[in-house]
Amino acid sequence: MSLLNPISLLSVSNIGISFGGIHAVDGVTFETSAGQIFSIIGPNGAGKTTLFNLISGVYRAESGIVMLGGEDVSTLPPEALAARGLARTFQNLQIFFRMSALENVMVGAHVHEKRRALSHLFGLPSTARENRGTRDAAMALLERLHLAGVTNRSAGSLSYGQLKRLEIARALASRPKILLLDEPAAGCNPTETAEIDEIIVEVAKSGVAIVLVEHDMKLVMGVSDRVLVLTQGRMLIEGTPEEVTNAPEVIEAYLGTGLPTMEASHD
Amino acid sequence: MARLINNRWAELALVTGLIVLAGLLLPSNYYFRVGALVLISAIAAVGLNLLLGFAGQVSLGHAGFVGIGAYAVALLPTHWGVPTLASIFLGAAFSGVLALAIGRPILRLKGHFLAVATLGLGILVAMVLTNEARITGGPDGMPVPRLELLGTRIRAPEAWYWIAGGTLIISIVFAQNLLNSSTGRALRALHDSEVAARAAGINVARVKGIVFSISAVYASISGSLLALLNGHITPDTASFLNSIELVTMVVLGGMGSLVGSLVGAAVLVILPQALTVFHEYEHLLLGSFIIAIMIFLRDGIVPTLRKALLERKAPEDRV
Repeated sequence: MSLLNPISLLSVSNIGISFGGIHAVDGVTFETSAGQIFSIIGPNGAGKTTLFNLISGVYRAESGIVMLGGEDVSTLPPEALAARGLARTFQNLQIFFRMSALENVMVGAHVHEKRRALSHLFGLPSTARENRGTRDAAMALLERLHLAGVTNRSAGSLSYGQLKRLEIARALASRPKILLLDEPAAGCNPTETAEIDEIIVEVAKSGVAIVLVEHDMKLVMGVSDRVLVLTQGRMLIEGTPEEVTNAPEVIEAYLGTGLPTMEASHD
Repeated sequence: MARLINNRWAELALVTGLIVLAGLLLPSNYYFRVGALVLISAIAAVGLNLLLGFAGQVSLGHAGFVGIGAYAVALLPTHWGVPTLASIFLGAAFSGVLALAIGRPILRLKGHFLAVATLGLGILVAMVLTNEARITGGPDGMPVPRLELLGTRIRAPEAWYWIAGGTLIISIVFAQNLLNSSTGRALRALHDSEVAARAAGINVARVKGIVFSISAVYASISGSLLALLNGHITPDTASFLNSIELVTMVVLGGMGSLVGSLVGAAVLVILPQALTVFHEYEHLLLGSFIIAIMIFLRDGIVPTLRKALLERKAPEDRV
């Protein structure tokens, strides 16, 4: 295990947590580097979102280590991880519903803004400059995610598909080094899924390490460099999409139905 | 139309217009006094709105900070000869620092627990003011030395009306500045989702502490002006009932609407005065009126009106 590999941006080793005696995630190990798309798949309740929450600091791991760019970040809170270049989206939408689409994305740029509450209160020219910079970058992201038409609409009035993309735009606003996407295409129609697919590949190409949890097998197998299969919190297999698709234990884990039928699971 | 309603300059022009118009129309000292009370209460309500309406954090103890501001302009000049103007700022600074210190542990709490903790804070201030009778005068309170500017004592309600109006406008400008900044976006974000706010790199504890402290400064300045207007002060200023009244102003006028805070303050200050003609039914009518507003204008007076206006006037330019 090359855990101290300098190229790996994110490395997770032997991580685990249990809730009420049940091992939600147990002994998971993987690493990924800049520009790679690393996908985590598995049946419902396999611990995919729990793993995300462990990596992003929402939960604190009971065992194991998370390293970001060579630094042990296992005990850091989410905001400290964000400052180190980690961004994420949420499976169950976590939108700022009382704010406009534009403001939602502007919040994403928080880590790059100055923490000077007094100059904010006095409305100094530096604050206006900062606002302009943040706003312009947020506008560009809204455009990129085909949300330019709803810029000033309240986030509470947007459709599900738009909110999914809004979460991605907000995460990208922090200009992350590592991006965790929790089911970005869930509940999206095929056209929207294709758009998200395209964006993920594009972001990875720009040098971001992407970790993807997704049920849409076509999307996962099409874009991923590596795939990790989780069942009941444990790693079943990790490898290239081909290796994973052909592995007998994977086919068995899906009760012999085989992976291809899972394509129908996105509706 | 939509642009006009959401514009910060429009908001400011509306408030300034209302203050000036009322100031020109008010017929007597009594009305100026009531007007000044509205504006002074609105300052505290604007501050509390930042905390309650925008950041979504409850405080049932804000009258405690009003009390600190009020006693600052009574105690400091009387016992230590500090100029009144400096006393206002010292009281505000003390309130801000106290809120920052207490805010850290208290603001970790959520919902009812936060409400009870802030409630305790307010009661604590009221108790200290009542019990330290040797310097505060105890439950009977104490006189407040008048503010002297350029050699003249300011005591006319009309003068206080304009001073309070100017202070309110400045308060709203500062609140707008804050809301339209990184800190302001952060405090609104944590209202909707603390998980997402933290994932975006927002230090939730820090931002809550900042907005708690700012709202305490607003309350303190409001308290100082109140004491100077009245010329006498009692520990009642810091009472639980006054804390509740502040919360009611914010909720009634509209959480998350700065103009709403002025409207809420106006309703809660003017209505009891207007209802005195009904004698013993006064409180019954006041309570019924508040209940009716909350049932029919659930989002508060100003947000409900704004929504109605937007939908009626221009459904197509709402984007």
